[in-house]
Amino acid sequence: MSLLELDAVEARYGPVQALHGITLEVAEGEVVAVLGANGAGKTTTLRAISGTVRRSGHIRFAGKPLRGGPEAVARAGIAHVPEGRGTFTELTVHENLRLGAYTRRERSVRADVDRVSEWFPWLHERAGQQAGTLSGGEQQMLAVARALMARPKLLLLDEPSLGLAPMVVREIFRIVRELNEREGLTVLVVEQDARIALRTAARAYVLEVGRVALAGPSEELQENESVRRSYLGY
Amino acid sequence: MADFLQQVVAGLASGSIYAALALALVLIHRATGVINFAQGEMATLSTYIAWTLTTNHGWGYWPAFAFTLAVSFLGGAGVHQAIIRPNEKGSLLRVVIVTIGLLIFVNGLVTLIWGGEVRAVQSPFPAGTTEIAGVAITTADIGTIAVVLATVAALWALFQYTKLGLAMRAAAVNPAEARLVGVRVTWMLSLGWGLAAALGAVAGMLAAPSVFLDPNLMAALLIYAFAAAVLGGIDSPVGAVVGGLTLGVGLNLIGTYVDFVGADLRLPVALLVILVVLLVKPTGIFGKAEVRRV
Repeated sequence: MSLLELDAVEARYGPVQALHGITLEVAEGEVVAVLGANGAGKTTTLRAISGTVRRSGHIRFAGKPLRGGPEAVARAGIAHVPEGRGTFTELTVHENLRLGAYTRRERSVRADVDRVSEWFPWLHERAGQQAGTLSGGEQQMLAVARALMARPKLLLLDEPSLGLAPMVVREIFRIVRELNEREGLTVLVVEQDARIALRTAARAYVLEVGRVALAGPSEELQENESVRRSYLGY
Repeated sequence: MADFLQQVVAGLASGSIYAALALALVLIHRATGVINFAQGEMATLSTYIAWTLTTNHGWGYWPAFAFTLAVSFLGGAGVHQAIIRPNEKGSLLRVVIVTIGLLIFVNGLVTLIWGGEVRAVQSPFPAGTTEIAGVAITTADIGTIAVVLATVAALWALFQYTKLGLAMRAAAVNPAEARLVGVRVTWMLSLGWGLAAALGAVAGMLAAPSVFLDPNLMAALLIYAFAAAVLGGIDSPVGAVVGGLTLGVGLNLIGTYVDFVGADLRLPVALLVILVVLLVKPTGIFGKAEVRRV
């Protein structure tokens, strides 16, 4: 059963239409990638889901229509890690994690910090440190950890590789893959780095100017002539 | 020496009142980026409510104090929901002008209801002095400092240790991100306005016994609070408290020992503080320079 369904979703920034009818779905327990060039509408697709941009069309999540702003979407069980880290830089690491669990009951927060810290062991030692003083890679991992604190049904990841060293990027995608395999976490990831995204995701959508141009299993797309030329560079 | 220390303590007492009002200004500025020019008048209104309860309805001082805090909190939150929020879309200048309009409106409302005459307000603290290490300190000064410190400590605990306080801080420093984790940012801002109004009420009720109550009770106090907030750093809660106490002590000492300043020229000195801080170190003592990425 699909967990998330987008049907002819449109979105606009003022007079500029960014999405011209996106249709996609994500099944429970799946990692799905959204690829495309700059300005293709990848980030806007995630924003349309989380309600941070004005949208129309139909979005269904866990069998129900998904409506309202980001507060409501977060409560429905979707955690969005936005482009460019997405941590509260002025707050401490621990406070960032506590905020991640904001929509949940306070009682289990401590247990959840421990659970999440298994994936990112350094979080414990840095608990009192201001998030803004972490390195870029650590901030990205903190953003993912914070999202996990919500025990989301669906994780939206926007360009986790942005501005990070290749080694850090591989580490982040390794963790995403393991979270999916071991905890069954469903992930929709937007990524410029098509190579690593296709290696992590089972399926992918390729966007071009606000429309789905191609879709299919990752292996197929890796073999696809135009995907190879445009996004994989060989 | 004893006289000097007495002046310091008296300065701390008036400074703690500046600190409370300055903290109210800082809470709102941190969260919304605007100065609430009506903060003082809202506090005046609160003080009149407490005065009416104690003089006309026979309430005890502290029940009236507590009730006024609650009413002020609800009033502040209500003002945000009903008046500020509809004007938040658009420029910050618009909100600033709305708060100036609110200042004039509340001032007029107070005059309309209670008239313009000056009224004496009974101090909640027993008259007299307590001797500490050879320095005679009035009970009122000790009481004032204690009440403000307790209020500030309660607020600090709220922001530091509770989930709600954390959400309010998150909403203030990064509203877009806060919404993504499920924080209802507008509610948090309303709560902030409510807390600021309650803080202002504390300042007003503590100030009234020594300066008398009239519709312009807070006009000068608001300027001292501005000076305190600017001195400490307009976005720093710690700065507001330190700035308020520093300003209180400083003004009291200057007023006492610098002949030509006396009691009458304290206000210009406060304005001078604002001017000098903005010229020399615009971020104040505790403020951080704002970094904008372009």
